[in-house]
Amino acid sequence: MNAIDDLTDFTVSRALAALRSGELTCTELVRACLERIERLEPRLHTFITLTPELALQQAAAADRQYIQARKRGESIPPLLGIPIAIKDLLALAGVRCTCGSRILDNFVPPYSATAVQRLLDAGVVVLGKTNADEFAMGSSTENSAYGVTRNPWNLAHVPGGSSGGSAAAVAARMTLAALGTDTGGSVRQPASFCGVTGLKPTYGRVSRFGLVAYGSSLDTVGVFARTAQDVALLFAHMAGFDSRDATSVDMPLPPLHLNSETNLKGIRIGVPQEYFIKGIQPEVENAVKAAIAHLEGLGAEVRQINLPHTEYALPVYYLIAPAEASANLARYDGVRFGPRVEAENVLDLFCETRGKLFGAEVKRRIMLGTYALSAGYYDAYYGQAQKVRTLIKRDFEKAFELVDVIAAPVAPSTAFKIGKHTDEPLAMYLEDVFTLPANLAGVPGLAFPVGFDHQGLPVGMQLMGAPFGEEMLLRLAHVYQQTTAWHLQKPTEMD
Amino acid sequence: MTPMLTLQEVEHIARLARLTLTDEEKERYRRQLSEILEYAARLQALDTGDILPTFSVLPPQNVLRADEVQPSLDTEEILRNAAKIEKHQFCVPPVLDVP
Repeated sequence: MNAIDDLTDFTVSRALAALRSGELTCTELVRACLERIERLEPRLHTFITLTPELALQQAAAADRQYIQARKRGESIPPLLGIPIAIKDLLALAGVRCTCGSRILDNFVPPYSATAVQRLLDAGVVVLGKTNADEFAMGSSTENSAYGVTRNPWNLAHVPGGSSGGSAAAVAARMTLAALGTDTGGSVRQPASFCGVTGLKPTYGRVSRFGLVAYGSSLDTVGVFARTAQDVALLFAHMAGFDSRDATSVDMPLPPLHLNSETNLKGIRIGVPQEYFIKGIQPEVENAVKAAIAHLEGLGAEVRQINLPHTEYALPVYYLIAPAEASANLARYDGVRFGPRVEAENVLDLFCETRGKLFGAEVKRRIMLGTYALSAGYYDAYYGQAQKVRTLIKRDFEKAFELVDVIAAPVAPSTAFKIGKHTDEPLAMYLEDVFTLPANLAGVPGLAFPVGFDHQGLPVGMQLMGAPFGEEMLLRLAHVYQQTTAWHLQKPTEMD
Repeated sequence: MTPMLTLQEVEHIARLARLTLTDEEKERYRRQLSEILEYAARLQALDTGDILPTFSVLPPQNVLRADEVQPSLDTEEILRNAAKIEKHQFCVPPVLDVP
């Protein structure tokens, strides 16, 4: 192993310690990431836009700040010099933001998303904007207009989606952490497929300002890293009230106590039987059950629970999210941003621009959502879906009267092969069956690796918590990672 | 399986959604949307007579702010992303038919 690989293997917490002590400079760390990106990117394609000049400028500034702070004893920003990547659905001022779509091919946002700005204020360095399914609509990153991202564990397989570029970049050690978004599983499922740790916060916990809207009642901004501790470090600086997002909740974030205590006595873990259904890959079921048994061995109490409306989450989600998307994506018409297809009159301009520049899955969901909201079908589809959503949310409320946390698989199988579900939308949607309920109920979810299948592909487990209960999820995952080594496994195929 | 949607319905939805579709796309979406809607029809079997819809997981409440002038983005900066501008305005082809 050479020096570059040593550095890019650093966790956020280890890098921070090395930067503070002066044994490492931000420039060295950022150069190591950029060199690794240059080496692996042709095979993995995790980025849409790289920002090496910006990253090196930010790193040089961070190095100067560390030197000054050491001389004068000044305090330094908490994440100063930590390189991250950002999903290309979150605005970073002055850097192209495509959302994986041709319709925003040349869009340069004039401001940064709140979650991004807060991390910049905390000192992070930005390596680039990562690949994703177009407008976050997909479960494999195959729906990006900018090419397919490959899974670092096996290049013939998908990295999951929609935040597949972010998950793959973290797994491949191209960055120490990355931002993603999760509307129906788009952080947790790629985290699971790529063997990294990914958090979907409670709805309203992290501001959506500057996140390009897909399903506004479901969208959340999440984060990937290689340990729960690192996820907690970044999450703590993203979360919090923002007056520019009307759904932002003014609730203080408790200090995240991730200490070395591994006794889980008094914690009740619920195992929902609806998540261990026929058709689930046996290796996934076995690895998740073994992880639950491991937590039980550390003192947690494990109970069987029921979330009876789980099977309805898929049809509910695939009516509500497309309905919200059909409204949110109405703004892309070739007038205020993005390229346009010229036409004789304004209606043709709209229809031609949208018809030619949106990809197949985005058009499919706009059509589906428009239908579900249209006269004569609203009550039967959209209205009924919103009522069943209430039943799904109640399932969680009842469960959290009995248990502190729910443990389940992230997805029914490990990462599938590229092309497996091409032009079979319903089969692709079924991949999201275990991640959709948390979005519909608004509760937080955390995915992390708990084993591998016979092909060497990672298996993930998700913990779901009561609203604003992120700390419990991070604490349990931290305890798991203190006492196991799955999260330390590293893909080598692309090297 | 007989598709639930007709070609005319697909064309109607596409018009509402402001999407120009090719004939091949219309046929594909007719088939795929029918399949998805048939799957979604299982929701109609649930009795939701006395259930209120969840439009948001957050408690419904007004979000207000003081009505004060705040700094906003520069016009030039916003217009920079437009495909066509004229005299500091977004430019579109004719909206009304002028004889």
